[in-house]
Amino acid sequence: MTSSAIAASGLRKAYKDKVVLDGIDLDVRAGTIFSLLGPNGAGKTTTVNVLTTLVRADGGSVRVAGHDVATEAKAVRSAIGVTGQFAAVDELLTGRENLQLMVDLSGLRTKDGKQVIGQLLGRFELTESADKPASTYSGGMRRKLDLAMTLVGDPRIIFLDEPTTGLDPRSRRTMWSIIRDLVADGVTIFLTTQYLEEADQLADRIAVLDQGRLVAQGTPDDLKRQIPGTHVRLRFATVAELDAAARVLSDSTRDDEALALRVPGDGGTKSLRALLDRLDEYAISAEELSVQTPDLDDVFLALTGRTTEVAAQ
Amino acid sequence: MSSKSHSIVMLRRNFLHIARNPTSVFNAVLMPIVLMLMFVYMFGDAFSVGVDYIDYATPGLMLLAVCYGLGTTATAVNSDMTKGIINRFKVMHVSRDAVLTGHVVATVLTNMVAIAALLGVAFLLGFNPSAGLLDWLGAIGVILLLSFAASWLTVALGLSAKSPETAGLAAVPLIMLPFFSSAIVPAEKMGVGLRQFAEYQPFTPIIETLRGLLNGAPSTGTAITAIAWCVGIALVGYLWARSTFTKRA
Repeated sequence: MTSSAIAASGLRKAYKDKVVLDGIDLDVRAGTIFSLLGPNGAGKTTTVNVLTTLVRADGGSVRVAGHDVATEAKAVRSAIGVTGQFAAVDELLTGRENLQLMVDLSGLRTKDGKQVIGQLLGRFELTESADKPASTYSGGMRRKLDLAMTLVGDPRIIFLDEPTTGLDPRSRRTMWSIIRDLVADGVTIFLTTQYLEEADQLADRIAVLDQGRLVAQGTPDDLKRQIPGTHVRLRFATVAELDAAARVLSDSTRDDEALALRVPGDGGTKSLRALLDRLDEYAISAEELSVQTPDLDDVFLALTGRTTEVAAQ
Repeated sequence: MSSKSHSIVMLRRNFLHIARNPTSVFNAVLMPIVLMLMFVYMFGDAFSVGVDYIDYATPGLMLLAVCYGLGTTATAVNSDMTKGIINRFKVMHVSRDAVLTGHVVATVLTNMVAIAALLGVAFLLGFNPSAGLLDWLGAIGVILLLSFAASWLTVALGLSAKSPETAGLAAVPLIMLPFFSSAIVPAEKMGVGLRQFAEYQPFTPIIETLRGLLNGAPSTGTAITAIAWCVGIALVGYLWARSTFTKRA
């Protein structure tokens, strides 16, 4: 096998006259986590659907696990596992029965199947609830069961479409550690997310998707270099005060419309005190002070000149 | 694994659903019986149909029993589609038809249980058909064919609907159609317009075929029309279901 687990070039897809994917190129190396980052409606799910043989692209080519998704769909399907955006568990069945269904479909022998189910239930801490209907599970448990079902066939490439959207912070961290363990076993992960933090925590490489185009691609550090770092934002009451502050704080950028200054800094108490001391020294007072850390919105603003809210409309 | 064993896995899943959600079977089995009691005891004397009303109405009610089972199927298929279960199967190395075949077979079997129960009650109420063994086999064949055809159409409706609620609604016309046929009263007794509709809609020849078979006087012409309708509905339902299944993600 080549070192590329997923290779796509020039992917295009339109629904009627709405272009959803407009020439996507991707290269995901085997054994890494690749994250596709973008707001709602950017085309993340469509990308996953195309890569996983669910939807046929209008143009471009995709090879997954070395096979062409259009002409060798069966070979692709036996190499991949997919966990969709909504936990696709059968709510009328118990957790164990859901896993059994996957075992029956994968053609594992009964004895091996039982063992696999037991291991997966244990690994995802679902043993206690194994014999309760999935309809009684919490959101986090459903996601875990969903992922466990995906793992029954021991796929080497796993697609996770927004695996933590709607989860509470604790379940999100559990999901993160599960994903890290998977990669440690040599699995390749293709993950979509709306959260920069998630991509930053997990991914070896990130691609930012906006309106069907990739606007940036690189390691988390590459991307962060392209966006404004942590900074302190000062807002003033008058233009005179803004002018005075801008003269004193020479490395700052000004926003005349908002009467605000953006001062680079790590947001720690030490640098904050230094900043405040300096303002005091020149008897300048700001109306408002806030420490801003970059999030997806900043990445977006920096890369596209629009905020994610505008992009989602 | 072969597609046959995949279909069996799916069918087992459908049976587990029925076991977990028995009210759906109660609906499919009990509602036709309630309707039978209602029509025979409340309205039966008011309709003069030339024969005992129970003998007239039973074939029509058998058809109603088939249709009552369909709402559940439409909802179940749609919830598989909209909740991502079908997508999950589609990206697995699972034969394409298995999940749909599972729904169709489960529906046909539920239908057969409903019809057996209905016939049991009909006999208690004095149903006295003059059908011979061959006529009975023919009647069972017609009902099976109708159930199979209606199931595929319902599966297609379920796959195409936006949500489980609209899927349930989409099946309502199928449940209502028998009422506008000769199932409950002869078409000649209906008003102008409705009468023509009743004469030409697919359920009327199917009911008349059943009625003929059960009274031991089958008419070949009606039977051919009935079978043609069933085959047509099955084909349209199957092709529609297949193409929706392939396209929708």
